[in-house]
Amino acid sequence: MKLQVSHSPHVRDKATTQSIMRDVIIALLPATFAGWYYFGIRAVFITLLSISSCILFEYICRKVMKRNNTIGDLSAVVTGLLLAMNLPVSLPPYMVVIGAAFAIVVVKQMFGGLGNNFVNPAIAARIFLVIAFPKAMTSWTVMTGSWFSIKSVDAVSSATPLTQIHTAEAPSLWNLFIGNKAGCIGEVCILALLIGALYLILRHVIRIWIPMAYIGTFFLLVFFFGKTNVLHFTGDLATLSGWGDLFYESGYMLLSGGLMLGAWFMATDYVTSPLTTKGKLIFGMGCGILTFLIRYYGNMIEGVSFSIILMNILTPHIDEWTMGKPFGEVKENAKV
Amino acid sequence: MSENKMKDAAYRSPDERQAEKNSKYTPKSIFLNGVLYENPALRLVLGTCPLLAVTISAKSSLYMGLAVLFVLTASEAIISLLRNVIPNKVRIPAFITIIATFVTIVQMLISAYFPALNDSLGIYIPLIVVNCILLARAETFASKQKVLPSILDGISMGVGFTLALLMMGSIREILGCGTFFDMQLPLFGDVIEPMMFFMLPPGGFFVFGICICIVQAVMKKQEKHASSKSSTPCGVAGDKSDCLSCGGCSLCKGKEE
Repeated sequence: MKLQVSHSPHVRDKATTQSIMRDVIIALLPATFAGWYYFGIRAVFITLLSISSCILFEYICRKVMKRNNTIGDLSAVVTGLLLAMNLPVSLPPYMVVIGAAFAIVVVKQMFGGLGNNFVNPAIAARIFLVIAFPKAMTSWTVMTGSWFSIKSVDAVSSATPLTQIHTAEAPSLWNLFIGNKAGCIGEVCILALLIGALYLILRHVIRIWIPMAYIGTFFLLVFFFGKTNVLHFTGDLATLSGWGDLFYESGYMLLSGGLMLGAWFMATDYVTSPLTTKGKLIFGMGCGILTFLIRYYGNMIEGVSFSIILMNILTPHIDEWTMGKPFGEVKENAKV
Repeated sequence: MSENKMKDAAYRSPDERQAEKNSKYTPKSIFLNGVLYENPALRLVLGTCPLLAVTISAKSSLYMGLAVLFVLTASEAIISLLRNVIPNKVRIPAFITIIATFVTIVQMLISAYFPALNDSLGIYIPLIVVNCILLARAETFASKQKVLPSILDGISMGVGFTLALLMMGSIREILGCGTFFDMQLPLFGDVIEPMMFFMLPPGGFFVFGICICIVQAVMKKQEKHASSKSSTPCGVAGDKSDCLSCGGCSLCKGKEE
Protein backbone atom coordinates (compact mmCIF):
# COMPACT_ATOMS: atom_id res chain seq x y z
CA MET A 1 0.00 0.00 0.00
CA LYS A 2 1.22 3.45 -0.79
CA LEU A 3 0.61 6.05 1.88
CA GLN A 4 0.25 9.57 0.68
CA VAL A 5 1.16 12.69 2.61
CA SER A 6 -0.64 15.81 1.49
CA HIS A 7 -1.48 19.26 2.76
CA SER A 8 -4.27 19.73 5.24
CA PRO A 9 -7.18 20.41 5.34
CA HIS A 10 -8.41 17.02 4.25
CA VAL A 11 -11.94 17.81 3.27
CA ARG A 12 -14.38 15.31 1.95
CA ASP A 13 -16.24 16.85 -0.90
CA LYS A 14 -17.96 15.84 -4.07
CA ALA A 15 -15.94 18.33 -6.10
CA THR A 16 -13.66 16.83 -8.71
CA THR A 17 -11.16 18.50 -10.99
CA GLN A 18 -13.70 18.12 -13.73
CA SER A 19 -16.53 19.78 -11.81
CA ILE A 20 -14.32 22.68 -10.74
CA MET A 21 -13.06 23.17 -14.27
CA ARG A 22 -16.63 23.03 -15.54
CA ASP A 23 -17.57 25.80 -13.11
CA VAL A 24 -14.62 27.90 -14.27
CA ILE A 25 -15.67 27.44 -17.89
CA ILE A 26 -19.23 28.47 -17.07
CA ALA A 27 -17.92 31.53 -15.25
CA LEU A 28 -15.76 32.50 -18.19
CA LEU A 29 -18.57 32.18 -20.71
CA PRO A 30 -20.28 35.59 -20.17
CA ALA A 31 -17.02 37.43 -20.80
CA THR A 32 -16.26 35.21 -23.80
CA PHE A 33 -19.67 35.92 -25.31
CA ALA A 34 -19.20 39.62 -24.66
CA GLY A 35 -15.84 39.45 -26.43
CA TRP A 36 -17.46 37.66 -29.35
CA TYR A 37 -20.16 40.31 -29.46
CA TYR A 38 -17.63 43.14 -29.58
CA PHE A 39 -15.02 41.61 -31.87
CA GLY A 40 -17.04 39.59 -34.36
CA ILE A 41 -16.75 36.10 -35.76
CA ARG A 42 -12.96 36.23 -35.87
CA ALA A 43 -12.98 36.22 -32.07
CA VAL A 44 -15.11 33.06 -32.16
CA PHE A 45 -12.59 31.48 -34.51
CA ILE A 46 -9.59 32.45 -32.35
CA THR A 47 -11.28 31.11 -29.23
CA LEU A 48 -12.24 27.78 -30.77
CA LEU A 49 -8.81 27.42 -32.36
CA SER A 50 -7.08 28.06 -29.06
CA ILE A 51 -9.27 25.57 -27.17
CA SER A 52 -9.04 22.84 -29.80
CA SER A 53 -5.28 23.16 -30.17
CA CYS A 54 -4.84 23.04 -26.39
CA ILE A 55 -6.88 19.83 -26.26
CA LEU A 56 -4.95 18.39 -29.19
CA PHE A 57 -1.56 19.18 -27.66
CA GLU A 58 -2.66 17.76 -24.32
CA TYR A 59 -3.73 14.56 -26.04
CA ILE A 60 -0.54 14.23 -28.10
CA CYS A 61 1.68 15.07 -25.14
CA ARG A 62 0.11 12.52 -22.83
CA LYS A 63 0.30 9.94 -25.60
CA VAL A 64 3.96 10.60 -26.33
CA MET A 65 4.87 10.66 -22.65
CA LYS A 66 2.94 7.43 -22.15
CA ARG A 67 0.74 8.89 -19.43
CA ASN A 68 -2.97 8.48 -18.94
CA ASN A 69 -5.30 10.64 -20.95
CA THR A 70 -6.35 13.78 -19.05
CA ILE A 71 -8.52 15.60 -21.55
CA GLY A 72 -11.55 14.61 -19.50
CA ASP A 73 -10.63 16.86 -16.58
CA LEU A 74 -11.31 19.89 -18.82
CA SER A 75 -8.21 21.72 -17.61
CA ALA A 76 -6.92 21.96 -21.19
CA VAL A 77 -10.21 23.59 -22.18
CA VAL A 78 -9.84 26.15 -19.40
CA THR A 79 -6.26 26.88 -20.45
CA GLY A 80 -7.31 27.27 -24.08
CA LEU A 81 -10.21 29.51 -23.20
CA LEU A 82 -8.13 31.69 -20.87
CA LEU A 83 -5.38 31.94 -23.47
CA ALA A 84 -7.83 33.04 -26.16
CA MET A 85 -9.31 35.61 -23.79
CA ASN A 86 -5.80 37.01 -23.35
CA LEU A 87 -5.14 37.46 -27.06
CA PRO A 88 -5.93 40.38 -29.33
CA VAL A 89 -8.47 39.42 -31.96
CA SER A 90 -6.20 40.36 -34.86
CA LEU A 91 -3.54 37.79 -33.94
CA PRO A 92 -2.58 35.47 -36.85
CA PRO A 93 -3.92 31.92 -36.23
CA TYR A 94 -0.51 30.19 -36.25
CA MET A 95 0.56 32.36 -33.33
CA VAL A 96 -2.45 31.11 -31.40
CA VAL A 97 -1.34 27.54 -32.07
CA ILE A 98 2.23 28.33 -30.97
CA GLY A 99 0.87 29.88 -27.79
CA ALA A 100 -1.30 26.84 -27.09
CA ALA A 101 1.67 24.54 -27.68
CA PHE A 102 3.80 26.55 -25.28
CA ALA A 103 1.09 26.55 -22.61
CA ILE A 104 0.34 22.85 -22.76
CA VAL A 105 3.58 21.20 -23.82
CA VAL A 106 6.21 23.35 -22.15
CA VAL A 107 4.53 24.89 -19.13
CA LYS A 108 2.09 22.15 -18.21
CA GLN A 109 3.13 18.72 -19.41
CA MET A 110 6.90 19.07 -19.23
CA PHE A 111 6.57 19.84 -15.54
CA GLY A 112 4.30 16.87 -14.97
CA GLY A 113 0.82 17.91 -15.97
CA LEU A 114 -1.99 19.56 -14.04
CA GLY A 115 -0.99 20.29 -10.46
CA ASN A 116 2.72 20.37 -11.17
CA ASN A 117 2.91 23.47 -13.32
CA PHE A 118 4.73 26.18 -11.40
CA VAL A 119 3.10 29.03 -13.28
CA ASN A 120 -0.28 29.46 -14.88
CA PRO A 121 0.00 27.98 -18.40
CA ALA A 122 -2.27 30.55 -20.05
CA ILE A 123 -0.34 33.49 -18.59
CA ALA A 124 3.01 31.93 -19.42
CA ALA A 125 1.86 31.42 -23.01
CA ARG A 126 0.63 34.99 -23.20
CA ILE A 127 3.97 36.29 -21.95
CA PHE A 128 5.79 34.01 -24.39
CA LEU A 129 3.73 35.45 -27.23
CA VAL A 130 4.25 39.03 -26.04
CA ILE A 131 8.02 38.53 -26.03
CA ALA A 132 8.07 36.48 -29.25
CA PHE A 133 5.70 38.63 -31.29
CA PRO A 134 5.67 42.03 -29.60
CA LYS A 135 4.06 43.79 -32.52
CA ALA A 136 1.21 41.38 -33.19
CA MET A 137 0.42 41.03 -29.51
CA THR A 138 0.05 44.74 -28.91
CA SER A 139 -1.93 45.75 -31.97
CA TRP A 140 -5.43 46.39 -30.80
CA THR A 141 -8.40 46.68 -33.09
CA VAL A 142 -11.99 47.67 -32.87
CA MET A 143 -14.48 46.11 -35.25
CA THR A 144 -15.70 48.28 -38.09
CA GLY A 145 -16.96 45.87 -40.75
CA SER A 146 -19.76 43.40 -40.42
CA TRP A 147 -19.85 40.96 -37.50
CA PHE A 148 -19.36 38.01 -39.84
CA SER A 149 -16.20 39.27 -41.49
CA ILE A 150 -13.30 36.96 -40.65
CA LYS A 151 -10.57 39.20 -42.04
CA SER A 152 -8.63 41.28 -39.59
CA VAL A 153 -8.50 44.14 -42.07
CA ASP A 154 -12.13 44.87 -41.40
CA ALA A 155 -11.01 46.43 -38.17
CA VAL A 156 -9.12 49.58 -37.44
CA SER A 157 -6.21 49.59 -35.08
CA SER A 158 -6.74 51.45 -31.90
CA ALA A 159 -4.82 52.18 -28.77
CA THR A 160 -5.63 50.23 -25.66
CA PRO A 161 -7.44 52.39 -23.10
CA LEU A 162 -4.35 52.19 -20.90
CA THR A 163 -2.47 54.47 -23.29
CA GLN A 164 -5.42 56.75 -23.83
CA ILE A 165 -5.94 57.92 -20.26
CA HIS A 166 -5.74 61.71 -19.85
CA THR A 167 -6.32 62.11 -23.60
CA ALA A 168 -9.39 63.24 -25.43
CA GLU A 169 -10.04 59.76 -26.89
CA ALA A 170 -10.24 58.10 -23.48
CA PRO A 171 -13.44 56.06 -23.30
CA SER A 172 -15.88 56.89 -20.55
CA LEU A 173 -15.92 54.75 -17.42
CA TRP A 174 -19.27 53.31 -18.49
CA ASN A 175 -17.87 52.21 -21.86
CA LEU A 176 -14.93 50.68 -20.07
CA PHE A 177 -17.29 48.83 -17.78
CA ILE A 178 -19.53 47.34 -20.42
CA GLY A 179 -16.63 46.59 -22.75
CA ASN A 180 -16.97 49.05 -25.60
CA LYS A 181 -13.21 49.49 -26.00
CA ALA A 182 -10.10 48.00 -27.56
CA GLY A 183 -8.34 45.11 -25.86
CA CYS A 184 -7.98 41.37 -25.68
CA ILE A 185 -10.98 39.19 -26.47
CA GLY A 186 -11.90 38.30 -22.92
CA GLU A 187 -10.82 41.32 -20.95
CA VAL A 188 -13.03 44.02 -22.38
CA CYS A 189 -16.38 43.45 -20.71
CA ILE A 190 -15.87 44.05 -16.99
CA LEU A 191 -19.58 43.51 -16.30
CA ALA A 192 -19.50 39.99 -17.76
CA LEU A 193 -16.26 39.20 -15.92
CA LEU A 194 -17.81 40.26 -12.62
CA ILE A 195 -20.89 38.12 -13.27
CA GLY A 196 -18.62 35.14 -13.85
CA ALA A 197 -16.58 35.96 -10.75
CA LEU A 198 -19.74 36.19 -8.66
CA TYR A 199 -20.73 32.73 -9.89
CA LEU A 200 -17.37 31.30 -8.86
CA ILE A 201 -17.59 32.92 -5.41
CA LEU A 202 -21.15 31.67 -4.86
CA ARG A 203 -20.21 28.17 -5.97
CA HIS A 204 -17.25 28.30 -3.53
CA VAL A 205 -14.86 27.56 -6.37
CA ILE A 206 -12.63 30.50 -5.48
CA ARG A 207 -12.16 32.52 -2.31
CA ILE A 208 -12.43 36.27 -2.48
CA TRP A 209 -9.08 36.95 -0.76
CA ILE A 210 -6.75 37.08 -3.75
CA PRO A 211 -8.91 39.29 -6.00
CA MET A 212 -9.84 41.49 -3.04
CA ALA A 213 -6.21 42.02 -2.01
CA TYR A 214 -5.11 42.43 -5.62
CA ILE A 215 -7.75 44.93 -6.68
CA GLY A 216 -7.74 46.72 -3.33
CA THR A 217 -3.99 47.20 -3.24
CA PHE A 218 -3.92 48.35 -6.82
CA PHE A 219 -6.81 50.77 -6.26
CA LEU A 220 -5.19 52.32 -3.18
CA LEU A 221 -1.82 52.66 -4.89
CA VAL A 222 -3.32 54.39 -7.91
CA PHE A 223 -5.52 56.55 -5.69
CA PHE A 224 -2.65 57.81 -3.55
CA PHE A 225 0.32 57.59 -5.89
CA GLY A 226 -1.31 57.85 -9.32
CA LYS A 227 -0.65 60.76 -11.61
CA THR A 228 -3.76 62.78 -10.73
CA ASN A 229 -3.17 62.71 -7.02
CA VAL A 230 0.55 63.30 -7.17
CA LEU A 231 -0.02 66.29 -9.46
CA HIS A 232 -2.73 67.52 -7.15
CA PHE A 233 -0.58 67.47 -4.05
CA THR A 234 2.46 69.02 -5.67
CA GLY A 235 0.23 71.80 -6.92
CA ASP A 236 0.96 71.22 -10.58
CA LEU A 237 -2.63 70.41 -11.35
CA ALA A 238 -4.40 73.56 -10.31
CA THR A 239 -7.92 72.70 -11.30
CA LEU A 240 -9.55 69.69 -9.82
CA SER A 241 -13.22 69.86 -10.43
CA GLY A 242 -13.99 67.84 -7.35
CA TRP A 243 -13.70 64.48 -5.69
CA GLY A 244 -14.71 62.83 -8.93
CA ASP A 245 -11.34 63.54 -10.48
CA LEU A 246 -9.55 61.76 -7.68
CA PHE A 247 -11.54 58.61 -8.25
CA TYR A 248 -11.48 58.90 -12.02
CA GLU A 249 -7.92 57.72 -12.53
CA SER A 250 -8.12 54.79 -10.13
CA GLY A 251 -11.48 53.75 -11.55
CA TYR A 252 -10.16 54.06 -15.06
CA MET A 253 -7.10 51.97 -14.23
CA LEU A 254 -9.21 49.26 -12.60
CA LEU A 255 -11.55 48.98 -15.55
CA SER A 256 -9.00 48.97 -18.35
CA GLY A 257 -6.49 46.34 -19.34
CA GLY A 258 -6.57 42.77 -18.12
CA LEU A 259 -6.73 43.54 -14.41
CA MET A 260 -10.20 42.12 -13.75
CA LEU A 261 -9.64 39.01 -15.87
CA GLY A 262 -6.30 38.44 -14.21
CA ALA A 263 -7.42 39.12 -10.65
CA TRP A 264 -10.56 36.96 -10.71
CA PHE A 265 -9.67 34.13 -13.05
CA MET A 266 -5.92 33.76 -13.37
CA ALA A 267 -4.44 34.80 -10.03
CA THR A 268 -6.90 32.44 -8.32
CA ASP A 269 -5.62 29.33 -10.11
CA TYR A 270 -5.43 26.62 -7.43
CA VAL A 271 -2.13 25.18 -8.54
CA THR A 272 -0.17 28.40 -8.56
CA SER A 273 -1.62 30.41 -5.67
CA PRO A 274 -0.97 30.02 -1.92
CA LEU A 275 -3.07 27.74 0.27
CA THR A 276 -3.58 29.81 3.40
CA THR A 277 -5.74 32.92 3.72
CA LYS A 278 -2.78 34.96 4.92
CA GLY A 279 -0.78 33.68 1.98
CA LYS A 280 -3.58 34.56 -0.43
CA LEU A 281 -3.65 38.12 0.91
CA ILE A 282 0.12 38.47 0.53
CA PHE A 283 -0.12 37.00 -2.96
CA GLY A 284 -2.86 39.44 -3.98
CA MET A 285 -1.06 42.43 -2.49
CA GLY A 286 2.14 41.46 -4.28
CA CYS A 287 0.25 41.25 -7.58
CA GLY A 288 -1.31 44.67 -6.96
CA ILE A 289 1.99 46.34 -6.13
CA LEU A 290 3.76 44.80 -9.11
CA THR A 291 0.96 45.70 -11.50
CA PHE A 292 1.04 49.29 -10.27
CA LEU A 293 4.82 49.49 -10.62
CA ILE A 294 4.84 47.99 -14.12
CA ARG A 295 1.97 50.11 -15.38
CA TYR A 296 3.33 53.37 -13.96
CA TYR A 297 7.09 52.97 -13.96
CA GLY A 298 7.81 50.10 -16.36
CA ASN A 299 8.24 50.45 -20.08
CA MET A 300 5.30 48.18 -20.81
CA ILE A 301 1.75 49.37 -20.85
CA GLU A 302 0.22 46.31 -19.24
CA GLY A 303 1.66 44.51 -16.25
CA VAL A 304 -1.04 42.13 -15.06
CA SER A 305 0.36 38.96 -16.59
CA PHE A 306 3.92 39.69 -15.50
CA SER A 307 2.93 40.47 -11.94
CA ILE A 308 0.84 37.30 -11.66
CA ILE A 309 3.59 35.11 -13.07
CA LEU A 310 6.15 36.65 -10.69
CA MET A 311 3.89 35.97 -7.72
CA ASN A 312 3.23 32.45 -9.07
CA ILE A 313 6.93 31.82 -8.80
CA LEU A 314 6.97 33.14 -5.22
CA THR A 315 3.99 31.00 -4.21
CA PRO A 316 5.94 28.08 -2.68
CA HIS A 317 7.83 30.55 -0.48
CA ILE A 318 4.65 32.35 0.56
CA ASP A 319 3.19 28.98 1.48
CA GLU A 320 6.24 28.22 3.56
CA TRP A 321 6.08 31.53 5.43
CA THR A 322 2.39 31.35 6.17
CA MET A 323 1.96 27.67 6.95
CA GLY A 324 -0.10 27.33 10.11
CA LYS A 325 1.39 25.46 13.00
CA PRO A 326 -0.27 22.26 14.14
CA PHE A 327 -2.62 22.68 17.10
CA GLY A 328 -0.85 22.28 20.43
CA GLU A 329 2.63 22.75 19.08
CA VAL A 330 4.90 24.88 21.27
CA LYS A 331 7.55 27.22 19.94
CA GLU A 332 10.99 25.77 20.24
CA ASN A 333 12.45 28.43 22.49
CA ALA A 334 9.25 29.44 24.28
CA LYS A 335 9.39 30.09 28.04
CA VAL A 336 7.55 27.44 29.96
CA MET B 1 50.82 13.79 4.35
CA SER B 2 54.45 14.60 5.09
CA GLU B 3 56.29 17.71 3.99
CA ASN B 4 58.64 15.73 1.80
CA LYS B 5 55.86 14.33 -0.23
CA MET B 6 54.27 17.72 -0.71
CA LYS B 7 57.54 19.16 -1.96
CA ASP B 8 57.82 16.50 -4.60
CA ALA B 9 57.00 18.21 -7.84
CA ALA B 10 54.76 15.67 -9.43
CA TYR B 11 53.76 13.68 -6.44
CA ARG B 12 51.20 11.00 -7.02
CA SER B 13 50.06 8.51 -4.47
CA PRO B 14 50.73 4.86 -5.30
CA ASP B 15 47.01 4.41 -5.89
CA GLU B 16 46.99 7.20 -8.41
CA ARG B 17 50.03 5.82 -10.16
CA GLN B 18 48.35 2.48 -10.33
CA ALA B 19 45.19 4.04 -11.66
CA GLU B 20 47.19 5.85 -14.29
CA LYS B 21 48.71 2.61 -15.44
CA ASN B 22 45.46 0.74 -15.32
CA SER B 23 43.33 3.38 -16.99
CA LYS B 24 42.21 1.85 -20.22
CA TYR B 25 41.27 4.37 -22.78
CA THR B 26 40.89 3.92 -26.45
CA PRO B 27 40.76 6.79 -28.91
CA LYS B 28 37.14 5.88 -29.55
CA SER B 29 36.17 6.01 -25.89
CA ILE B 30 37.86 9.37 -25.40
CA PHE B 31 36.14 10.79 -28.44
CA LEU B 32 32.69 9.50 -27.50
CA ASN B 33 33.24 10.73 -23.98
CA GLY B 34 33.96 14.26 -25.15
CA VAL B 35 31.27 14.50 -27.75
CA LEU B 36 28.48 12.63 -26.02
CA TYR B 37 28.83 11.07 -22.59
CA GLU B 38 30.51 14.04 -20.96
CA ASN B 39 29.63 16.69 -23.47
CA PRO B 40 30.90 19.78 -21.64
CA ALA B 41 27.93 21.98 -22.45
CA LEU B 42 24.95 19.68 -22.43
CA ARG B 43 26.02 16.96 -19.98
CA LEU B 44 28.33 18.72 -17.55
CA VAL B 45 26.71 22.15 -18.00
CA LEU B 46 30.05 23.92 -18.13
CA GLY B 47 30.82 27.09 -20.05
CA THR B 48 27.24 28.27 -19.78
CA CYS B 49 28.09 31.97 -19.94
CA PRO B 50 29.50 32.05 -23.50
CA LEU B 51 27.00 29.37 -24.45
CA LEU B 52 24.02 31.59 -23.70
CA ALA B 53 25.63 34.76 -24.98
CA VAL B 54 27.05 33.81 -28.37
CA THR B 55 24.41 31.36 -29.56
CA ILE B 56 22.21 34.08 -31.01
CA SER B 57 23.50 33.06 -34.43
CA ALA B 58 24.90 29.86 -35.87
CA LYS B 59 27.91 31.67 -37.27
CA SER B 60 29.16 33.19 -34.04
CA SER B 61 28.45 29.88 -32.26
CA LEU B 62 30.63 28.03 -34.73
CA TYR B 63 33.53 30.47 -34.42
CA MET B 64 33.29 30.52 -30.64
CA GLY B 65 33.33 26.73 -30.62
CA LEU B 66 36.37 26.64 -32.89
CA ALA B 67 38.21 29.13 -30.67
CA VAL B 68 37.51 26.98 -27.62
CA LEU B 69 38.50 23.86 -29.56
CA PHE B 70 41.87 25.35 -30.41
CA VAL B 71 42.62 26.68 -26.93
CA LEU B 72 41.47 23.44 -25.32
CA THR B 73 43.60 21.21 -27.52
CA ALA B 74 46.71 23.35 -27.29
CA SER B 75 46.52 23.94 -23.56
CA GLU B 76 45.80 20.28 -22.83
CA ALA B 77 48.83 19.29 -24.86
CA ILE B 78 51.11 21.70 -23.02
CA ILE B 79 49.71 20.87 -19.60
CA SER B 80 50.11 17.19 -20.31
CA LEU B 81 53.71 17.76 -21.37
CA LEU B 82 54.41 19.67 -18.18
CA ARG B 83 52.41 17.40 -15.88
CA ASN B 84 55.52 16.05 -14.20
CA VAL B 85 57.06 19.50 -13.75
CA ILE B 86 54.19 21.56 -12.42
CA PRO B 87 54.20 21.48 -8.61
CA ASN B 88 50.95 20.13 -7.22
CA LYS B 89 50.41 23.12 -4.93
CA VAL B 90 50.40 25.75 -7.66
CA ARG B 91 48.92 23.70 -10.42
CA ILE B 92 45.77 25.81 -10.84
CA PRO B 93 47.64 29.11 -11.44
CA ALA B 94 49.97 27.23 -13.76
CA PHE B 95 47.05 25.84 -15.76
CA ILE B 96 45.44 29.24 -15.94
CA THR B 97 48.66 30.82 -17.19
CA ILE B 98 48.99 28.23 -19.93
CA ILE B 99 45.35 28.63 -20.93
CA ALA B 100 45.63 32.41 -20.90
CA THR B 101 48.62 32.25 -23.22
CA PHE B 102 46.64 30.45 -25.86
CA VAL B 103 43.58 32.62 -25.40
CA THR B 104 45.77 35.67 -25.95
CA ILE B 105 47.16 34.12 -29.13
CA VAL B 106 43.64 33.36 -30.38
CA GLN B 107 42.40 36.82 -29.58
CA MET B 108 45.33 38.50 -31.30
CA LEU B 109 44.87 36.32 -34.38
CA ILE B 110 41.16 37.00 -34.53
CA SER B 111 41.49 40.74 -34.08
CA ALA B 112 44.21 40.84 -36.72
CA TYR B 113 42.55 38.73 -39.38
CA PHE B 114 38.81 38.75 -38.56
CA PRO B 115 38.01 42.14 -37.01
CA ALA B 116 34.27 41.70 -37.65
CA LEU B 117 34.27 38.43 -35.76
CA ASN B 118 36.18 40.07 -32.95
CA ASP B 119 33.44 42.66 -32.66
CA SER B 120 30.63 40.14 -32.61
CA LEU B 121 32.22 37.80 -30.07
CA GLY B 122 33.55 40.68 -28.02
CA ILE B 123 34.40 39.93 -24.42
CA TYR B 124 33.62 36.23 -24.75
CA ILE B 125 36.96 35.46 -26.42
CA PRO B 126 39.08 36.70 -23.48
CA LEU B 127 36.58 35.06 -21.14
CA ILE B 128 37.60 31.64 -22.47
CA VAL B 129 40.42 31.88 -19.90
CA VAL B 130 38.02 31.36 -17.05
CA ASN B 131 35.84 28.89 -18.91
CA CYS B 132 35.28 25.92 -16.61
CA ILE B 133 35.67 23.42 -19.43
CA LEU B 134 39.35 24.21 -19.87
CA LEU B 135 40.20 24.04 -16.20
CA ALA B 136 38.11 20.93 -15.70
CA ARG B 137 39.84 19.07 -18.52
CA ALA B 138 43.26 20.27 -17.40
CA GLU B 139 42.60 19.11 -13.86
CA THR B 140 40.88 15.81 -14.54
CA PHE B 141 42.51 14.70 -17.73
CA ALA B 142 45.57 16.49 -19.08
CA SER B 143 47.41 16.65 -15.76
CA LYS B 144 47.16 12.89 -15.41
CA GLN B 145 47.39 11.50 -18.89
CA LYS B 146 49.97 11.30 -21.62
CA VAL B 147 50.25 13.86 -24.38
CA LEU B 148 48.49 12.12 -27.27
CA PRO B 149 45.41 11.11 -25.32
CA SER B 150 45.28 14.65 -23.92
CA ILE B 151 45.33 16.15 -27.39
CA LEU B 152 42.62 13.76 -28.46
CA ASP B 153 40.61 14.65 -25.36
CA GLY B 154 41.01 18.34 -26.14
CA ILE B 155 39.82 17.83 -29.69
CA SER B 156 36.83 15.71 -28.73
CA MET B 157 35.77 17.99 -25.88
CA GLY B 158 36.15 20.95 -28.21
CA VAL B 159 34.12 19.22 -30.90
CA GLY B 160 31.46 18.36 -28.33
CA PHE B 161 31.29 21.97 -27.20
CA THR B 162 31.22 23.24 -30.78
CA LEU B 163 28.42 20.86 -31.70
CA ALA B 164 26.41 21.93 -28.66
CA LEU B 165 26.94 25.60 -29.52
CA LEU B 166 26.07 25.00 -33.15
CA MET B 167 22.90 23.12 -32.23
CA MET B 168 21.72 25.92 -29.95
CA GLY B 169 22.86 28.64 -32.32
CA SER B 170 21.02 27.09 -35.26
CA ILE B 171 17.78 26.66 -33.34
CA ARG B 172 17.92 30.19 -32.00
CA GLU B 173 18.86 31.76 -35.32
CA ILE B 174 16.27 29.86 -37.34
CA LEU B 175 13.41 30.51 -34.93
CA GLY B 176 14.48 33.94 -33.79
CA CYS B 177 15.70 35.45 -37.03
CA GLY B 178 14.39 33.24 -39.82
CA THR B 179 17.93 32.83 -41.16
CA PHE B 180 20.60 30.14 -41.06
CA PHE B 181 24.24 31.23 -41.38
CA ASP B 182 22.81 34.57 -42.52
CA MET B 183 20.86 32.87 -45.33
CA GLN B 184 17.22 33.81 -45.48
CA LEU B 185 15.11 30.69 -45.07
CA PRO B 186 11.90 30.16 -47.03
CA LEU B 187 8.61 30.27 -45.11
CA PHE B 188 10.06 32.58 -42.49
CA GLY B 189 9.54 36.26 -42.92
CA ASP B 190 6.41 36.20 -45.06
CA VAL B 191 4.39 33.36 -43.57
CA ILE B 192 5.86 33.03 -40.12
CA GLU B 193 7.14 36.02 -38.26
CA PRO B 194 10.51 35.28 -36.59
CA MET B 195 10.12 34.98 -32.86
CA MET B 196 12.06 37.67 -31.02
CA PHE B 197 11.85 35.49 -27.92
CA PHE B 198 14.64 33.20 -29.10
CA MET B 199 17.10 36.05 -29.58
CA LEU B 200 16.62 37.25 -26.00
CA PRO B 201 18.23 35.73 -22.88
CA PRO B 202 15.05 33.87 -21.81
CA GLY B 203 14.98 32.19 -25.21
CA GLY B 204 18.62 31.19 -24.69
CA PHE B 205 17.82 29.51 -21.40
CA PHE B 206 14.76 27.90 -22.95
CA VAL B 207 16.66 26.39 -25.88
CA PHE B 208 19.47 25.36 -23.53
CA GLY B 209 16.99 23.48 -21.35
CA ILE B 210 15.38 21.80 -24.33
CA CYS B 211 18.77 20.73 -25.72
CA ILE B 212 19.84 19.27 -22.37
CA CYS B 213 16.51 17.48 -22.28
CA ILE B 214 17.02 15.96 -25.74
CA VAL B 215 20.57 14.81 -25.00
CA GLN B 216 19.42 13.37 -21.69
CA ALA B 217 16.71 11.41 -23.47
CA VAL B 218 19.21 10.09 -26.00
CA MET B 219 21.58 9.10 -23.20
CA LYS B 220 18.85 7.29 -21.34
CA LYS B 221 18.13 5.15 -24.35
CA GLN B 222 21.84 4.58 -24.83
CA GLU B 223 22.17 3.61 -21.20
CA LYS B 224 19.39 1.08 -21.45
CA HIS B 225 21.03 -0.32 -24.50
CA ALA B 226 24.43 -0.37 -22.84
CA SER B 227 23.27 -1.90 -19.58
CA SER B 228 22.33 -5.05 -21.41
CA LYS B 229 25.88 -5.21 -22.75
CA SER B 230 27.34 -4.04 -19.39
CA SER B 231 30.04 -1.79 -20.73
CA THR B 232 31.67 0.94 -18.69
CA PRO B 233 30.17 4.19 -19.91
CA CYS B 234 32.74 6.50 -18.35
CA GLY B 235 35.36 4.42 -20.06
CA VAL B 236 38.21 6.92 -19.95
CA ALA B 237 39.56 6.23 -16.51
CA GLY B 238 39.30 2.86 -14.96
CA ASP B 239 38.94 4.18 -11.43
CA LYS B 240 36.28 6.13 -9.62
CA SER B 241 38.37 9.21 -8.91
CA ASP B 242 37.69 10.82 -12.25
CA CYS B 243 34.01 10.23 -11.92
CA LEU B 244 33.99 11.73 -8.46
CA SER B 245 35.74 14.84 -9.63
CA CYS B 246 33.43 15.27 -12.58
CA GLY B 247 30.29 14.43 -10.70
CA GLY B 248 28.08 15.68 -13.47
CA CYS B 249 27.57 12.42 -15.20
CA SER B 250 24.63 10.36 -14.13
CA LEU B 251 26.14 7.35 -15.76
CA CYS B 252 28.61 7.10 -12.90
CA LYS B 253 25.90 6.43 -10.37
CA GLY B 254 25.38 2.89 -11.40
CA LYS B 255 29.07 2.23 -11.20
CA GLU B 256 29.55 3.59 -7.71
CA GLU B 257 26.77 1.63 -6.19
